[in-house]
Amino acid sequence: MSVWLGRVTVVLKASVNDPQGLAVLDGLHAMGYSEVEQVRVGKHIDVRLGADNFEQAEQRLHHMCEALLANTLIESYTVEVGAPEEAAR
Amino acid sequence: MKVGVVTFPGSNGDMDCIHVLEQIPGCEPELIWHKSTDLRSADALVLPGGFAHGDYLRGGAIARFSPVMREVERFAGAGRPVLGICNGFQVLTEAGLLPGALLRNQHILFRCAWVHVRVESNASPWLAGAQSGQVLKVAVAHGQGNYYADQDTLRGMHARGQVALRYSDATGRISDDSNHNGSVLSIAGVTNETGNVLGMMPHPERSADPLLGSADGRVVFESLVHSLVGAAS
Repeated sequence: MSVWLGRVTVVLKASVNDPQGLAVLDGLHAMGYSEVEQVRVGKHIDVRLGADNFEQAEQRLHHMCEALLANTLIESYTVEVGAPEEAAR
Repeated sequence: MKVGVVTFPGSNGDMDCIHVLEQIPGCEPELIWHKSTDLRSADALVLPGGFAHGDYLRGGAIARFSPVMREVERFAGAGRPVLGICNGFQVLTEAGLLPGALLRNQHILFRCAWVHVRVESNASPWLAGAQSGQVLKVAVAHGQGNYYADQDTLRGMHARGQVALRYSDATGRISDDSNHNGSVLSIAGVTNETGNVLGMMPHPERSADPLLGSADGRVVFESLVHSLVGAAS
């Protein structure tokens, strides 16, 4: 078994209003970044986990996302699993 | 009858619920810790407001996996009355016991105010004592109460009478002006398909004493007692 680093990104679905993103957009405009057209705020979650192989780590992370890390009614997620040595660094 | 009030780490409305339930004739409230799997032979359950598990990840997301929730799911599945208030509503949607989800308020503000809600359906045992169309003055205090469900879900909910409460003005008129958090269709409270589970963002337990500004919330707890006594006799 190796230790893997899973990088999970959770964002609100495009159809779901993101008031936090709108507030940040307002802030950027107030600072003078008038070129900014849209801001969406999501979450980044690092999960360090033991698994026999890449596929197992990835599958377990998907289950975690479906069950807890994301609410798939309103959010979508992506999972990236790094090389095992990356986690050991 | 026994009414169990579940305390999660971070709940803050639990003692308010106990306080009000103690004043409702026929009610014996009892606290249930979230790690307990013993519902103490409760006849009904209340999931109170607050910030269970710090609201980390999403409101209600982690509370949904507290040990007591397996029993709450069983209890609700057996058709027995469960009420989720504010954060408790979020827990029930996260657990899949109620449809939809609660997003951050549309205008970002944490809303702490008196609002009005109109009773759309009194089919739930928690609203049976209210009239359809009745307007209640109730307290809200939340930052994540913007109710969301997709169009298909909303259509089904409408057809089955699952929309229980909508934000309105004092006369019962519904408009964007009275929709203080951006909820779809101004929805403030919904039930499951069988009506025994009700989730609502307003706090009936903080709107149950005229000295505090409104006693309209009492109808929720009084309805429960009438429904359960009526069912038993």
